[in-house]
Amino acid sequence: MSIFLDENSKIIVQGLTGSEGTKHAGRMLASGSNIVGGVNPRKAGTTVEIEGTSLPIFGSVAEAMSSTGANVSVIFVPPAFAKGAVIEAIDAEIELAIVITEGIPIHDSAEFWAHAKSKGNATRIIGPNCPGIISPGKSNAGIIPSTITTAGPIGLVSKSGTLTYQMMFELRDLGFSTAIGIGGDPIIGTTHIDALAAFEADPETKAIVMIGEIGGDAEERAAEFIQANVTKPVVAYVAGFTAPEGKTMGHAGAIVSDGAGTAQGKKEALEAAGVRVGKTPSETASLMHELFREL
Amino acid sequence: MDLFEYQARDVFESYGVPVLAGITADTPEEVRAAAEKLGGTVVVKAQVKIGGRGKAGGVKVAHNPDDAAEVSKAIFGLDIKGHVVKRVMVAAGARIAQEFYFSVLLDRANRSFLSLASYEGGVEIEILAVERPEALARIEVDPVRGIDLAKATEIAAAASFPANLVPKIAPVIVKLYEVFVGEDATLVEVNPLVLTEEGDIIALDGKVTLDENAEFRHEGHAALVDTSAEDPLEAKAKKSNLNYVKLDGEVGIIGNGAGLVMSTLDVVSYAGEKHGHVKPANFLDIGGGASAEVMTAGLDVILHDPQVRSVFVNVFGGITACDAVANGIVGALEVLGDEATKPLVVRLDGNNVVEGRQILKDAGHPLVTVVDTMDEAADKAAELAFAAR
Repeated sequence: MSIFLDENSKIIVQGLTGSEGTKHAGRMLASGSNIVGGVNPRKAGTTVEIEGTSLPIFGSVAEAMSSTGANVSVIFVPPAFAKGAVIEAIDAEIELAIVITEGIPIHDSAEFWAHAKSKGNATRIIGPNCPGIISPGKSNAGIIPSTITTAGPIGLVSKSGTLTYQMMFELRDLGFSTAIGIGGDPIIGTTHIDALAAFEADPETKAIVMIGEIGGDAEERAAEFIQANVTKPVVAYVAGFTAPEGKTMGHAGAIVSDGAGTAQGKKEALEAAGVRVGKTPSETASLMHELFREL
Repeated sequence: MDLFEYQARDVFESYGVPVLAGITADTPEEVRAAAEKLGGTVVVKAQVKIGGRGKAGGVKVAHNPDDAAEVSKAIFGLDIKGHVVKRVMVAAGARIAQEFYFSVLLDRANRSFLSLASYEGGVEIEILAVERPEALARIEVDPVRGIDLAKATEIAAAASFPANLVPKIAPVIVKLYEVFVGEDATLVEVNPLVLTEEGDIIALDGKVTLDENAEFRHEGHAALVDTSAEDPLEAKAKKSNLNYVKLDGEVGIIGNGAGLVMSTLDVVSYAGEKHGHVKPANFLDIGGGASAEVMTAGLDVILHDPQVRSVFVNVFGGITACDAVANGIVGALEVLGDEATKPLVVRLDGNNVVEGRQILKDAGHPLVTVVDTMDEAADKAAELAFAAR
């Protein structure tokens, strides 16, 4: 098992014919993902060759789904057109839409999230501004490098891409059931809590590592959820202890404002819920290693 | 990006939100001229992006142009919570009968929009929210449906605005929501929204925060940036499209990915505790790609920061392989030549790490030290910064 993505996932790429889409589709194919096509209304009916695989281009997500049985879409469409692409995926009721695009206006994200909600959340959205999701050895949807880790018992959920890679690398001897980057924007689809709930229910996942950062209150709410609902051990890391107030630190959502959203507050909330919190990525990895020695 | 009050006023006016006449002034002479033009009683208001101006002495009433020029002398140069007043707005006076509050903002926790409204305006809303939450109506706004006249009427009623005023206030709320959507704002706040003795509804003071991600569809937004308050290094980095924030320490930081760079700042601060409490000099995320070009631009900014005494380059080769990053560092140092004068501690990990470290070793640049782990590298960078004091 794994969460949200497995060996049966059939992936399409919205924005496949763009440079980012082509590059990362190649990497996904190389890591064994089953990519079945792309979407571009202007190039419908053509095919593209990527990594020795011939991929058909469809005029819409719905067409791609009915022709190929695709159930996952990875979206690389530029910010100005991303809202339309996500809404198209929602309207086609694809199971999982992963929005890699960085820099989407917040009003656009708010709108597509409201749209998804009005459709009963039939489509799970991951992102935007995220690295995607990988279930090592099964499938890889997004831009997470597949070569830095192996399959194993840890579930990982993170706001940050490179910290995900860093943690996967530090814990590569243990390996991962699924690692999911939920993104650093103020409005995201899948949350820490969604991933925690899925990892709790996944028999293959034995322990969870959660990576957060300054801004918002997602970590505090995750802590409450862990306290009430998660029986598996959780180790956490929060980035941005030394971030100054009122400055956006790279991610649009990473900002401490009026004393709220601090790393210290998040750490305290998590510790109060029984989560072991590392001061640095390496200390967090050590906590996880320690935990597995105890298990 | 937060707007100044006068910028918010101008934006409101362009959307048909009722505002008072206002003229900006940078000297007491300009204040006098503005007051003459407006005539009658005026209010001289400090233009700073922080609350609590009134209490700090940044807002003063004047009854004639001489008086206005005189009171402005005490406002120019005033330090309000670290914000020094360089500009004021001279606003027409109004006879206020009642003060209200209205805002619409991004609600992160609920992934939606939220409208706040109260019949008690003019006070600090954060205090009102804590002390008398019943006086503050909180109404969710669906991002697809928005605020039409019916919704605005619902908000005004929920806020207990006097029933006879609701038909006057609701259209103003609709216009303020048009500002929120039309300008891609994450906050539009009016405090106070006033009823004048003449019976008019006026947005007396406004706060607007714009979404920087939406700049591509708002040509005018770039002109709203307060370049005088911008740090020169931040301005330089922005020109190269670098994600840079100036901090006040001595260890320059370059990394890839926002999360990893935030983490690097923390690790360097911890390491600094052992080395004279040196701290990070900046946040700089060169992104997943980390090409030679971007590395050069990044090093160029950091090495020109006079406060920087050592530099920590912390890259995890995920999307990019470490050999490409190492070539980027070597190339950047070649381009910079003699301008590169500060020690560089480099930590590479991830894809092709062996090849990457070998490239740096072969280049043998005298300023470069390669360290295997992030913790050890942070320690080394802090040690070098302290030694160079």
